[in-house]
Amino acid sequence: MDLGLIAQYLANGILLGTMYALVAVGFTLFFGVLDVIKFSHGDVLMLGTFIGFTAWLGLEAVGILKPWIQLLGVLLCSLAGTALIGAAIAKWLILPLKKAPQLNTLLITLMLGTAIREAVRLFYPNGSNPKAFPALLPNSSIEIGNFALRADSVILVVSGLALIGLLNLVINRTRLGLAIRAVAQDEETARTMGINYTLVVLATFAIGSGVAAFAGIMNGLYYNEINFGMGLILGLIGFSAAIIGGLGNLYGAILGGFLFAGLQVIGAALLPFASAYKDVFAFSVVIALMAWKPTGLIPERSSDRV
Amino acid sequence: MKFNTENGLRRIVLSLGVSAGLLIATGAQAKDTVELGFIGPLTGGVSSVGLGGRNSAELAVKLRNADPDSKYHYELVVLDDECKPNVGVQVATKMATDRKVVATIAHYCSSVAMGTVDVYHRFGLPATVWGAVLPDITYGNDYAEITRVNGTMINQNETAAQFMTELGYKTFAIIHDTTDYGKGHNKYLSQFLTQNGAEVVGTFGVTSDQQDFTAELTQVKSLNPDVVVYAGLTPGGVRVRQQMKKLGIEAVFEGVSGIKSDVFFEGLSGDLAEGAVTFLEGAPAEKLPGGAYFLKEYAAADFDSPPEAYGPFAFAATDLLIDAVEASGPDRKAIVKYMSTVKEHDSITGPITFDNHGQNTVARITAYVAQGGKWVVWEDSDYAKGTLSLAAPK
Repeated sequence: MDLGLIAQYLANGILLGTMYALVAVGFTLFFGVLDVIKFSHGDVLMLGTFIGFTAWLGLEAVGILKPWIQLLGVLLCSLAGTALIGAAIAKWLILPLKKAPQLNTLLITLMLGTAIREAVRLFYPNGSNPKAFPALLPNSSIEIGNFALRADSVILVVSGLALIGLLNLVINRTRLGLAIRAVAQDEETARTMGINYTLVVLATFAIGSGVAAFAGIMNGLYYNEINFGMGLILGLIGFSAAIIGGLGNLYGAILGGFLFAGLQVIGAALLPFASAYKDVFAFSVVIALMAWKPTGLIPERSSDRV
Repeated sequence: MKFNTENGLRRIVLSLGVSAGLLIATGAQAKDTVELGFIGPLTGGVSSVGLGGRNSAELAVKLRNADPDSKYHYELVVLDDECKPNVGVQVATKMATDRKVVATIAHYCSSVAMGTVDVYHRFGLPATVWGAVLPDITYGNDYAEITRVNGTMINQNETAAQFMTELGYKTFAIIHDTTDYGKGHNKYLSQFLTQNGAEVVGTFGVTSDQQDFTAELTQVKSLNPDVVVYAGLTPGGVRVRQQMKKLGIEAVFEGVSGIKSDVFFEGLSGDLAEGAVTFLEGAPAEKLPGGAYFLKEYAAADFDSPPEAYGPFAFAATDLLIDAVEASGPDRKAIVKYMSTVKEHDSITGPITFDNHGQNTVARITAYVAQGGKWVVWEDSDYAKGTLSLAAPK
């Protein structure tokens, strides 16, 4: 196969992988601190993207047309809005159910996701149609043989990876991160050490949701199109990525995200049968991997769990 | 939580009262009123076409109700199939089991129609298709209840293949969604292209709600075809066109009838839509025999969305069913019988003649090109005149 083509597949895969990793990170954070699986994650992501889109419409309406300022505004509104929504969901839906069976949390977030999705579809003006998301990044590209390297893809991947790096720093190097890790390890002890448990949980959900919103905006900027159903499949893929990576482990989520993107690209590019089956292929491999390593590729240290 | 029995009881009594009231209200009106159904995608990615069809059907009903010579008062019962087969079967069953509905105008999406024709047959409800183009909807069964006023994708692809090869294009890559609609288009287009001496260099099946086409398009890029065909509906078409640009693929973008919607331009920023080619049965409303009349009345009715490509067919289907009721009375069996005799029946889309499968035999296909943010009939476009040109064959 042509070298340019391989590079193209690689570039596509890296971009998808970054996006999936950003979503998976949220799942893994939530599971880390609260042992819950928040199924509305994908739809919160979609909501965040629509908040960003609405912010863009607002900026257009008041006549602020500089792409960089627009981008900043979109990101700010979307990330802040989604972080608030994430924290609100934690406070009023997930924390009150902490003593209930985990199944209840799972169910309630599953239903919340559907409610968010349908609400956007029904109440957002013309919400059932796909929306043209603005191209706010420079659209220049370099052609090397069969390989088109686009400036916007590079910016998206770099900023996505930077965000993951930043998150890693926050978790491992700051007092907040220390508190999050403490709560994840042992809630009781963390409380006795004077850590404000509720605040840490809310902060974690805010961070996870904000990161997902970033993935949503990234999705919009890359495909220049958003729709009310975009969170469903992204959420599912993010969840699978978090699981194969090892739920509760940040690096696992990143690994899982890239692995899943790689599987999709391989499924579409290399396998002899039609590309229609690329998701079937990717999910089948996920099933096989889970059978082989039920706790994920990078399992959480078991001492955390006892 | 404690259940408040008294309150609950009161609610039940209240709701019973309300429903009884509703029953009486509808019962009083039922005389002389004939109900016709309309089913189409009113929400979801192709809702603009569905709403245009619904408006057109409503217009036909309204115009006939205003006619003092009509024997009945007509009412349209509208249901949403969301362009999803499972939802379609549900609403079709709902429509078919409602004995007050004597006939229905149904479906824009072929995949939905494929699932519902059995339902109409089982309940004996006459259904006239207004937009779905898969041949098997009429040709795949012997159901007398099913008729169709628009042409099929066989006609469409025969014209498309001939048209594109005459322009000098030789190599085609086809991306199709894996619904009956996309697969059907792929089958017939490939067949006619090969017959016309062109080559299909690659075929890619994709799911209908797929977001990322970069993997398929990267392969398309290596095949370097003259033309990239997307056989599916507008949302997918928008994404494929968008991502072709991202990967730097220089080829003509050809669609099928499913992308000929004004939403195609809304979803694409800049001049990305420019030069896309597509085909559609019939002709633009203004070129149809009764087009001027239809457009005038449509504008006068002040709907908040345009009739879109298939509006005239929905109008014609509704008008035909009303004629059937006028001629043979509001009875399902009588309407089915009447429909089997339809020949050279006057309509705004031209005379309608059904063959023994209930398929309108008048095939008229028009080629369109996207020019300046609109779908322009090829013959009227600057591309045909030579002032603009599509990407040249390689």
